[in-house]
Amino acid sequence: MCPQPATTRATDQPPPEPPAGSPQSTLETRKVTKVYRTGEVEVHALRGVDLQLYQSELIVLLGASGSGKSTLLNILGGLDRPTSGQVFFDGAELTAYDDSALTRYRRDHVGFVFQFYNLIPSLTAAENVALVTEIAPDPIAPKEALALVGLAERVNHFPAQLSGGEQQRVAIARAIAKRPQILLCDEPTGALDSHTGVLVLEAIEEVNRSLGTTTALITHNAGMADIADRVVRFADGQIVETRRNREKRAAKDLVW
Amino acid sequence: MTALNHKLLRDLWRLRGQVIAIALIIASGVGVLVMSLTALEALEETAEAYYERYRFSQVFATVKRAPDALANRIAALPGVQTVETRIVEFAIVDVPGFQEPVIGHLVAVPERGQPVLNRLALRSGRWVTPGHVDEVIVSEPFAEAHGLYPGDELHVVMNGNRRTVTIVGTALSPEFVYAIGPGALMPDEKRYGIFWMGREAMEAAYDLDGAFNDLVLSLLRGTNPAEVVFQVDRLIERYGGIGAYARKNQISNWFLMNEFEQLRSQARIMPTIFLAVAAFLTNMVLARLIAIERSEIGLLKAFGYSSWAIGWHYAKMVMVMAGIGILIGWVIGYLLGGYMTHIYTDIYRFPFLLFRPGPSAFAIAAAVSLAAALLGAAGAVRRAASLAPAEAMQPPAPPVFSRSTLGDTLFARLLDQPTRMMLRQIVRWPLRAFFTTTGIAMAVAVLISALQWLDSIDRLAEVTFFEAQRQDITVALVEPEQPSVIGEFERLPGVLSVEPQRIVTANLRVGTRKHRGAVNGVLPDARLELVYDASGEVIRVPPDGLVLSTMLAEKLGVEPGDSVSVEVLHGRRPVLEVPVAATFETYIGMMAYMDFHALNRALLEPRQVEYLSLLVDSAAESALYRELKETPQVAAVMLRRAAVDKFYETLGQTMIVFVSFFIGFSCAIAFGVAYNTARIALSERGRELATLRVLGFSRWEISYILLGEVGLLVFVGLPLGCLAGLGLVWMSTESFKTELFRIPMVIEPSTYGWAVLITLVAAAVSGLLVRRRLDGLDLIAVLKTRE
Repeated sequence: MCPQPATTRATDQPPPEPPAGSPQSTLETRKVTKVYRTGEVEVHALRGVDLQLYQSELIVLLGASGSGKSTLLNILGGLDRPTSGQVFFDGAELTAYDDSALTRYRRDHVGFVFQFYNLIPSLTAAENVALVTEIAPDPIAPKEALALVGLAERVNHFPAQLSGGEQQRVAIARAIAKRPQILLCDEPTGALDSHTGVLVLEAIEEVNRSLGTTTALITHNAGMADIADRVVRFADGQIVETRRNREKRAAKDLVW
Repeated sequence: MTALNHKLLRDLWRLRGQVIAIALIIASGVGVLVMSLTALEALEETAEAYYERYRFSQVFATVKRAPDALANRIAALPGVQTVETRIVEFAIVDVPGFQEPVIGHLVAVPERGQPVLNRLALRSGRWVTPGHVDEVIVSEPFAEAHGLYPGDELHVVMNGNRRTVTIVGTALSPEFVYAIGPGALMPDEKRYGIFWMGREAMEAAYDLDGAFNDLVLSLLRGTNPAEVVFQVDRLIERYGGIGAYARKNQISNWFLMNEFEQLRSQARIMPTIFLAVAAFLTNMVLARLIAIERSEIGLLKAFGYSSWAIGWHYAKMVMVMAGIGILIGWVIGYLLGGYMTHIYTDIYRFPFLLFRPGPSAFAIAAAVSLAAALLGAAGAVRRAASLAPAEAMQPPAPPVFSRSTLGDTLFARLLDQPTRMMLRQIVRWPLRAFFTTTGIAMAVAVLISALQWLDSIDRLAEVTFFEAQRQDITVALVEPEQPSVIGEFERLPGVLSVEPQRIVTANLRVGTRKHRGAVNGVLPDARLELVYDASGEVIRVPPDGLVLSTMLAEKLGVEPGDSVSVEVLHGRRPVLEVPVAATFETYIGMMAYMDFHALNRALLEPRQVEYLSLLVDSAAESALYRELKETPQVAAVMLRRAAVDKFYETLGQTMIVFVSFFIGFSCAIAFGVAYNTARIALSERGRELATLRVLGFSRWEISYILLGEVGLLVFVGLPLGCLAGLGLVWMSTESFKTELFRIPMVIEPSTYGWAVLITLVAAAVSGLLVRRRLDGLDLIAVLKTRE
């Protein structure tokens, strides 16, 4: 079977061009499906998804809850395996990796940010970041990473002493401190009010800009799509629309 | 079934690993308790029934020779119910086909039927017949050990004459439940036997026609034996009486009662430890469960369930856990109790055994364990019941950690983050860490106290049989002999060296304190029978002083330099004032030593030698035994090798069983504590660990965080356990301290090593079981939900 062109195929639209200056794809999925079996019920979470993530781009995955976007993100991040189809990272087939190779992949290349921050309550902000920098080959210093998300003053605070937005920014600092090629954010503002959410998005934006990290951001909030280079819309386990923003807006200009 | 009960059953099923771990610890406690109590009950009941049915006497006395008429005067003493006079002697017995000389304990019985007191339980054969002087009834264990049956013949050297006697029956007697020969620590059925012979035959053999040399009494109900002993002593003094004594000092009964005391203390100490650990575990598990079910509790209350209903729900959970443990413990305890009782009856011989455990042992064990488990869980249950519904439905406030606990020291800076997580977790829940550590320490302590028995016994044997005694054979003579007897024995085949000893029964008195014992006359430059201090020093007995064992010195309240009044109960019964020259530590008996010559000078008797210590060339042993069996002066022959073998054989049997089930019980503690700690840590921190997996930590790295915390607590617990073990051993050696023997407090380094190793293995197994659960951690589900 010959490799598919690097485009989304779920719609009739022509494939979008790669963003200027970064033509290589970092991650690529080919005909990825995911079926969950719970008891006698089969849930088709993904139904043949082809998607490419290009180096340094910021992509927003939009869709209602249950549309399959989180499942895709988990597969991209090496947390889950597709039922069928292939995933490539820098030309290597992720789907052929065993468990320890996937651990290695997450450790060296992927940064995660979740809706619930999942900080370790017994470690301070700096220590939560250090948790990752200690096992990464070429990390940013924890304090620097925290400064990048605007938390230079809060490095020695424990999660219990930080607001939700601050906790989420620590989670972002923790995710990017290893200088990952890919940053995967699953509803990072889902638990936050709009003002705090903007601060978090700014942090993500800043990371994407200054470190050139390929960033995929899941949201059900269409208003957030304006900060992306590219927007991919999910429905029913399939990509229903892919569009390139002609003009990116800054996170601070968003309102929702 | 109500919905809450469904929840209860499902909760129990979900927590089954932890429930079983707790149940096993409770089972261990209940098991030890039921085992000790049922064995105690069975033995006490058996002994009581045996004593009662076979009319075990209450006061005992030995005289040199007294006329039968004396019996009437003694019977007239207030409080005396029955008097029975007897003839009791020691003799050398030659069992055909058995090389070594056997010590025969000869006891006269009426030819016409059972004696009034100390009746025999005839096990086979028949009673002796009047007029047949060569008939004998032998003790059943002795007959069994040699394969002897009624009709078989033996040779007995009675008063210098070798006689052939025929076994007509085998029997047991309440006097010889624990049948040990002179100088022995353990019953040796092959080399020591009881021989009941017709009174007339013994009167003739020992020239005691119309006289007796031993008497036993029973008392009227409510009589104080001490008063009777005092009166009897007064009456028998002029007949060479060497002091009457009450049943509590009778050797067989003393050992039996001492055993009961051990069982009682075992029933107290061990279950307390197990149940304390179980209590803390129920607390830990329940506290966690309630933390998880916090919002459900809030919901139930919002629906209208009362605080009492919630409390009762969780109390029931504890009761089920304890109930499972109690049931298992009952079975274990019942089986072990029966087994232990049977082991006891190999050493303590009864004609019947009443092992029919009543409900009390089981009820006590159940009540105590249930109380311990409920007490342990009380705090957690109360918290659950008192949660306000609105508050309960909110997620709990996140735990507050602080940096200050680790500080900003160099040490703290060197730690990596996983290690920090581990340490902060411990510091954040210090009480739980303390309990885990204590639980592990208890497992180690119980192991040490069980394994240490083997060390103590080795040490006891080493000091008693090898360091303090260099002779191979000790010979007791029928009567004291002239010193020339030493030369005669030196000429026997294989004898390398002979040393004389004189042992006289005496009352040692200081002010109002009195001890009835013996003074042992030894050569000042003795090389065989040594006055050996347990610290390893050999004490030379000075020509003008007493050397006392520390226990005896304590009893008399004397120190070196003080004077002791020695009332000799032999011969002319001189009373000596002798200063205490030194004291020494020994594990057996309460000895008093004097210079051999000084003692004999004081006794004013030409015949001075009563015991001989022999050093023997083992190549010539059999020739020597043949000679000794034929030597008329010999009353008893004690072989060191046989004593050592018997000592290890008897203890070996019981100790292996005892030690192995305590190893099992300690493993239950170590496993239960480590498993529950790890499971609770996993339940609390599953989310953290899943996060770390997402961040790229491998399974081994997250195992380090989870099991490292448990491991660290275990490692802290190990040395504490060694200390606690030391304390426990001290307690048990103190409780074993008796006038007859003490258990040396020795713990070999290897014992600490084994205890630590076994605990580590048990903890490691539980760690591995929990480790397997980490593989099943659902990374996505954990991250998708708020805690």
